[in-house]
Amino acid sequence: MESGYLTILIYIGAVVFLSAAILGMSAWVGVKRPTREKLSPYECGIQPVGDARERFSISFYLVGMLFILFDVEAVFLYPWAVVYKELKWFGFTEMLLYILILLAGYVYIWKKGALDWSR
Amino acid sequence: MLERIWLIPLLPALGAAFQFFFGRKVKKSVVSLVSVGLPGVSFAWAIGCFFALLGRPEHLFTKVLYDWWPVGAFHLSSGAMGNLNVHVGFLLDPLSAVMMLVVTGVGFIIHVYSIGYMAHEGGYYRFFGYMNLFMFSMLVLVLSDNFLMMFVGWEGVGLCSYLLIGFFFHRRSASDAGKKAFVVNRIGDAAFLLGMMLIVVTFGTVNFQAVTEAARSGHYPILDPTITAICILLFIGAIGKSAQIPLYVWLPDAMEGPTPVSALIHAATMVTAGVYMVSRANALFMLAPAAMALVAGIGAATAFFAATIAITQNDIKRVLAYSTISQLGYMFTACGVGAFAAGIFHLMSHAFFKALLFLAAGSVIHALSGEQDMRKMGGLREKIPVTYWTYLIAALAISGIPPLSGFVSKDEILWQSYAGPHGHLVLWVAGWVTAGLTALYMFRQIYMTFHGTSRVEPEVEHHIHESPRSMLAALVTLAGLSVIGGFIGWPDLLGGSDRLGHFLDPVFENPVPVALKNYSAGREFDLMFLSVLIACTGIYVAYRIYVRRPEVADRVAKSFGPGYEILLNKYYVDELYDALFVNRVKNIGNAASGFDQYVVDGGVNGVGWTTRLTANLSRLWDLYVIDGAVNVAAFFTKLMSYPARVIQTGLVQSYAWLIVLGVLIFMGYYLVHF
Amino acid sequence: MTTVSIPDVMRILPELILAGFAILVMLFEPFVPAGRKRVLGWIALLGVLVAGMAFTWAPPNAGMAFSGSIAADGFSYFFIFLFLTIAALALLGSINYLERDNIHHAEYYALILFSTVGMCFMAASAELIMIFLGLEISSLSTYVLAGFRRHDPRSNESAMKYFLLGSFATAFFLYGIAFVYGLTGTTNLVDLAADLAQPGKWSTLTRAALILMFVGLAFKVSTVPFQIWTPDVYQGAPAPVTAFLSTGPKAAAFAVLVRIFLGLAGPSGPAAFWVIWISAALTMTVGNFAALLQKNVKRMLAYSAIAHAGYVLVGLAAAMASGSTEGASAVLFYLAAYAFMNVGAFLLIAHLAGPGEGRTEISDFTGLGRAAPGAAACLTVFMLSLSGIPSTAGFFAKFYVFRASVHAGLIGLTIIAVLNSVVSVYYYLNLVVTMYMREGEPQAARTPMPLPLYSAIAASLFAIFYLGLYPNHFLLLSTLSSKPLP
Repeated sequence: MESGYLTILIYIGAVVFLSAAILGMSAWVGVKRPTREKLSPYECGIQPVGDARERFSISFYLVGMLFILFDVEAVFLYPWAVVYKELKWFGFTEMLLYILILLAGYVYIWKKGALDWSR
Repeated sequence: MLERIWLIPLLPALGAAFQFFFGRKVKKSVVSLVSVGLPGVSFAWAIGCFFALLGRPEHLFTKVLYDWWPVGAFHLSSGAMGNLNVHVGFLLDPLSAVMMLVVTGVGFIIHVYSIGYMAHEGGYYRFFGYMNLFMFSMLVLVLSDNFLMMFVGWEGVGLCSYLLIGFFFHRRSASDAGKKAFVVNRIGDAAFLLGMMLIVVTFGTVNFQAVTEAARSGHYPILDPTITAICILLFIGAIGKSAQIPLYVWLPDAMEGPTPVSALIHAATMVTAGVYMVSRANALFMLAPAAMALVAGIGAATAFFAATIAITQNDIKRVLAYSTISQLGYMFTACGVGAFAAGIFHLMSHAFFKALLFLAAGSVIHALSGEQDMRKMGGLREKIPVTYWTYLIAALAISGIPPLSGFVSKDEILWQSYAGPHGHLVLWVAGWVTAGLTALYMFRQIYMTFHGTSRVEPEVEHHIHESPRSMLAALVTLAGLSVIGGFIGWPDLLGGSDRLGHFLDPVFENPVPVALKNYSAGREFDLMFLSVLIACTGIYVAYRIYVRRPEVADRVAKSFGPGYEILLNKYYVDELYDALFVNRVKNIGNAASGFDQYVVDGGVNGVGWTTRLTANLSRLWDLYVIDGAVNVAAFFTKLMSYPARVIQTGLVQSYAWLIVLGVLIFMGYYLVHF
Repeated sequence: MTTVSIPDVMRILPELILAGFAILVMLFEPFVPAGRKRVLGWIALLGVLVAGMAFTWAPPNAGMAFSGSIAADGFSYFFIFLFLTIAALALLGSINYLERDNIHHAEYYALILFSTVGMCFMAASAELIMIFLGLEISSLSTYVLAGFRRHDPRSNESAMKYFLLGSFATAFFLYGIAFVYGLTGTTNLVDLAADLAQPGKWSTLTRAALILMFVGLAFKVSTVPFQIWTPDVYQGAPAPVTAFLSTGPKAAAFAVLVRIFLGLAGPSGPAAFWVIWISAALTMTVGNFAALLQKNVKRMLAYSAIAHAGYVLVGLAAAMASGSTEGASAVLFYLAAYAFMNVGAFLLIAHLAGPGEGRTEISDFTGLGRAAPGAAACLTVFMLSLSGIPSTAGFFAKFYVFRASVHAGLIGLTIIAVLNSVVSVYYYLNLVVTMYMREGEPQAARTPMPLPLYSAIAASLFAIFYLGLYPNHFLLLSTLSSKPLP
């Protein structure tokens, strides 16, 4: 049974070798003629303004995280939707509970003002 | 009645709990009612239990409340399997019954006394809480049916003693004294614990009755080394608690506590716990004559040594403290010669008259607004008559003047140490001389305090007042007990029947009956006469020095001033010559005063010198041996804890690395090794 | 297709009730005005009590639930009850603390409840994935709790370290589960034990899996060398949180350790046993010796917590060596006794440390015996119990552990443990000595204890003395509960 892992070991070796080979080859063989234009950060073809490492409003992160949270939770609805006919009332009540708990969280963040962008 | 024997310790415990939770909030009268009433009920219950016990033909009652330590099976040192199951249980036999009555009775009286004595002190409820807690612990100690529970009580009384000595914690000396008592007692406790462990691996039980039965079964030979070791360890425990040489040093300092505490804990009850413990283990001690000899030797030496010190002290309570040490020495002498009943008898009568002495001394201190130096007393006889008369009764009792209780019990010990199976002439001589010294220092105290001219500070003088009635009631009751206490053990010789001794006999009976050495009744009478004689001599000497020629007393006192040392030695030699040659030839009539100056002064100086030497030695011992050992131990522990701190860098990255390292080490060990 | 049956639901009733109350508290929090958050604390406490009462309905249907992922047995009941007690004590001790330090947000109560739910699931599940979920639920809540004093940098540091290292360690646990699944095709402990009992099933990789799981749990119970986060986190976290943290999650992780190591490691014989042995010896020694040098009370108690984990491991080693229930019951007894004394000690210190927890140095307690005799006496009892002085719970806890390890023949380990407990007396008594025997004015707070805290302390004291003077009932209980599935 352990011998089965030998394949994986070979695979890991191959991956390491291949990536090293590709990167190394392009660095070694490729022609490099740097200019100022080439080295400047790419920004949709517009002239770059200021530093990219700027401070963002905390609300941005907050909303971003909350979005991901609810987004991921909503993904659970898809597998349920596939089999909800077989699950019948059991499935319905389970999902109802699930959504109610989500709703409680939603009410909480709303009342807490986490969605209030102006704050 | 007997079935609820657990009420006896429980009631004071309830009192203590009440004080700790509500004491601060309720009125003083409620505090006193609860904390004096509950021990009172406990006392009444104890009397009831006592009579119920008398009603039983075998004078024995045991009650197991519940299993406490179901340790289970284990190997004994003999290789057999033991099954240790310690329970919380009570054993009431003649020995514990006497102790129970003494503790609850004297304890109750002292509680009553405290109402008046502590009335003007802060922390009134705290005081009574501790006192009740002490009563609880002491009763657990006395009533338990096994060594372990006894040890719990033993530690409990130690704790209460510590708390109460340091009761006036704002006084630096008081908290220091508390610490000293605590530390010195630990030495004894450690030995007690070791002895108990040896008992467990030898007998497989800690129950008193089971151990006694095994020891008396004849299975163990006399001089059995294990049993001797057990006895010596137990005795070291007793030495600590009962303030014998060399661990007596804490008791004089313990006088920093309030006077009722000195009376209850450091005279009547707690310090006698060692005597009780040795008596409780009498079956073991009878198998270890070597340990018995040690007990008797230490007891007699302590009795003598402490009595000599007591002569020189000026603090009214310190004299009594050394006196207590000396009397405890008597009790151990009795135990050491196999006369356990005599030891317990003296314990009881000592509880009466020594508690009385302390309480009366407390009354004096109370009258003098806190003055404890006897050099600043004198002539108090008329001003506080009740205190004076009770004090006098107690002093006569402790000096061994018939027919007071002290005479009967002390004489029993002296007789046993002379004629008993393990007795020896040396022991008797030591006890006999001590009896004289006892009379001397007691009456020195009486004369300095109550007789002669008043040396009281003027501003204290007009405050002198007799104590409140609750205190006097306690004094009078104890005085009555000191007078009649001896009659329950009145010896056969004087037409009595030694009822206490016969009552206690079943506890101390031994498979091999050991008869007293064959002396005629006349010899016992002679000895009795001698001891009364030396007591009277002691009183007379005290009278000569402190009443007839008070300047001698001043000289004695002055001779301890450091500046007088050289002068003192010179003076001493002169007197010596005078006494030895000049006076003898010249004037036989002056022989008595020569005796005064040579024996008394010389003895005093000698004792002073010995005390200084001992103090210096013990200081050096503390400095180099004890401190050294502590420092070395501390150094090693600190050394070992450095590596643990070096890795504690506070950086999360290094922590994570350490975790990875740990995983790798464990994995490596696990994968490679197996 | 399996559906959920009513008996199954009943078997996780305490957890469900707790979770319900937690959500309720969280939902109400924004609607309750700032001055009245205290109400939510009482609601949370009510939740704990109701969950505790659910026990009176649950026992008759002990058994497996939810396709074998929940094991409702004596073992889990013991632990759930313990967690509920810890939670109740922590809640009682927190209410006035939060008000005093102006951090009265009811999320605190909700998080305590959520964490308790996670711990309950850890103790009650017979399924590695479920255990992992429980571990995460409880951990995530405690990460937040550790940083609850948001404006205090120490608290932030504590939360950050705990979070980073905690996630790191749980990854190891998950890694171990993955190994197990890969090797046997199941994560159910009962199936796993049956599978591994077949001859030839144990391999190097199985052992590696066991080690990885051990590391994840060892982090939670803070055994050497995975203890390194403990002092920093315990010191920085708010003291009532530390009270909770040092007892609840630790006991839960031990519950899992007992389930896994007694259930699975049997066939691997001495191998797993020696890992526990070495960990125990190292943990006790490092914890005690490091504690000797501490100047800060919370930090000292953190090291003491490490040392106590070592004692519990001694019990686990004894259980593994002898196979009798004595070792396991000693572990259970120890965890319960430890919970009472440690929760009590930390709650009391939270109070004494004063506003902003400014007074946690040992020297701040100088002379407290005079200034606040009641609090000092309570703290003394906790210290005595932690050092294992007879007539307190700590004594019997140690006694049973040592007895089990002697009976299991682990004489060497017992000697190390006894020597360690002697060393520990030094630093516990140091605090007592400082309070009673040093001269000076205490810096610690002298305000009287508020009633909720007082009742929590009184309950802990009662438990300490009950276990110390009358340990038999509880020992019987822990013996009956010490037969973990599978």
